[in-house]
Amino acid sequence: MIARLTRRLTDRTSGLLPRDSAGEPWLAAVIAILCFLACLAAVGAASADRAAHGWAGQLRAEATVLVRPRVGETGAGAAARAAETLAGVDGVAEAEAMDRAAAEVLLRPWIGDAVLPDLPLPHLVTVRLDPLAPASAVTLSRALAEAGLDASVDDHSLWRGEVERAATIITLLAGAAFLLTALAAGAAIAYATRAALAAQRSVIETLSLNGASDGTIAGLYQARFGLLAAGAGAAGAIVAALLVAGLRGLGGSDGISPALPLAWSDLWLLSPCPVLAATVAVIAARITALASLRRRR
Amino acid sequence: MPESPRRTAEPDSAADTVRLEGVGFGYADAPGVLRDIDLILPRGSFHFLTGPSGAGKSSLLKLLTLVERPTTGRLRLFGDDVTSLPRRAIPAVRRRMGVVFQDFRLLDHLSAFDNVALPLRLAGLKRADYAGNVAEMLDWVGLGNRMADAPPSLSGGEKQRLAIARAVISRPDLILADEPTGSIDAAMGERLLRLFQSLNQLGTTVLIASHDEALAARSGARILHLEGGCLVGGRR
Repeated sequence: MIARLTRRLTDRTSGLLPRDSAGEPWLAAVIAILCFLACLAAVGAASADRAAHGWAGQLRAEATVLVRPRVGETGAGAAARAAETLAGVDGVAEAEAMDRAAAEVLLRPWIGDAVLPDLPLPHLVTVRLDPLAPASAVTLSRALAEAGLDASVDDHSLWRGEVERAATIITLLAGAAFLLTALAAGAAIAYATRAALAAQRSVIETLSLNGASDGTIAGLYQARFGLLAAGAGAAGAIVAALLVAGLRGLGGSDGISPALPLAWSDLWLLSPCPVLAATVAVIAARITALASLRRRR
Repeated sequence: MPESPRRTAEPDSAADTVRLEGVGFGYADAPGVLRDIDLILPRGSFHFLTGPSGAGKSSLLKLLTLVERPTTGRLRLFGDDVTSLPRRAIPAVRRRMGVVFQDFRLLDHLSAFDNVALPLRLAGLKRADYAGNVAEMLDWVGLGNRMADAPPSLSGGEKQRLAIARAVISRPDLILADEPTGSIDAAMGERLLRLFQSLNQLGTTVLIASHDEALAARSGARILHLEGGCLVGGRR
């Protein structure tokens, strides 16, 4: 249907040019595939960004405190005192000393049962921060020091930074992939325009001798390839949308993996694809056509 | 002669439509195709350009259609010096001409109707504004029943009539025709000659390149004779 609509529109706007029935379907297929890949890159970037922000948000909402008992004090007692101290700090929603049983549950999958009872475990306090006004690591450290506790506060900033850096890199890579895809589409259109100008030399001469300017002739190629790219871009975007919708429907908000959570709103990201494809095609066709025409006598 | 849309700008009445001063032209491998041509076609004049094959008739028409540029001398069209006209200014000059090419130069992917309408379409007219004139013109050249047919399905004579219809549909200021009666019978040739004469009487300058000396003589037009790249004899 899209192919038929595109054909009808191109005939109306650029019908002075003969149709390359052999080459245009292949060009449309290439543009559609490139647009499909560009759509996946865009959705992938949005998804990775969403995952990173989710993880960073979780890390930001929690802190872990390692308590070192003073002489004459048990580790459990120091941890309990630290939890009690931290629970009273502004910006802390909840503070809980992790008992040995809870720590063993966490370590058992990696260490096993054999050595776990003899292993000295750190005395930890898990702190859940107020999501609206979280207390800073400095505030927590100061409160612990004032209570006479020897403790280290880990606000997960190291991990959070890594996660955010990874998300930025993924977004940049997706952006680069998107740009390269657009460049590839532009190169394909430029090649097709040059080929068409060479193959239709006599038609171009006839148009020119009947008063067509270089701009008019370039406009015919712009219209033809712009509409072709818009149709192909729509086809690529529709296939990508079906894929994303399928994954969202099958996998829920986690999509295919928690690392790439999908949202229905991601489908909106695909909507500009036909316009972007047409814009790239129009620019590539115009520049190529005008350059080729000016090289002629 | 059917009514056709006219250009809005009239040529400068004080100026000659075509003026060549000492014009020479040649290619790198064939210099001297045209030599020292002095020629004036006043506005509203009717000339035949005769001469044997290879005399330079087509080259002269290429200069006048700005497909080629003179290697020496000066070329003026519609009062303006176009010897070294910038490329961007050429379409405006060409829109004041109607050209009948020896090889017709029809667009095979378009119908006969759309071929004739081409100059009007390129001039920015809407279909509703030219459809009636184009249909009338096709009727007049005997192709009223072939409007939807593409050139490949037409005979040589029909193609030639189609090319002529396209050249005259916009009522140009200058008509250049290269062997316009070469592929049609004598009766149609006479009829097309009368068409050119009608246009000429309306003020259009006409130059027909032909080796049909008899037709040229019958036309009553001034005859220019090219021989070996030079204008010889005839009335200049």
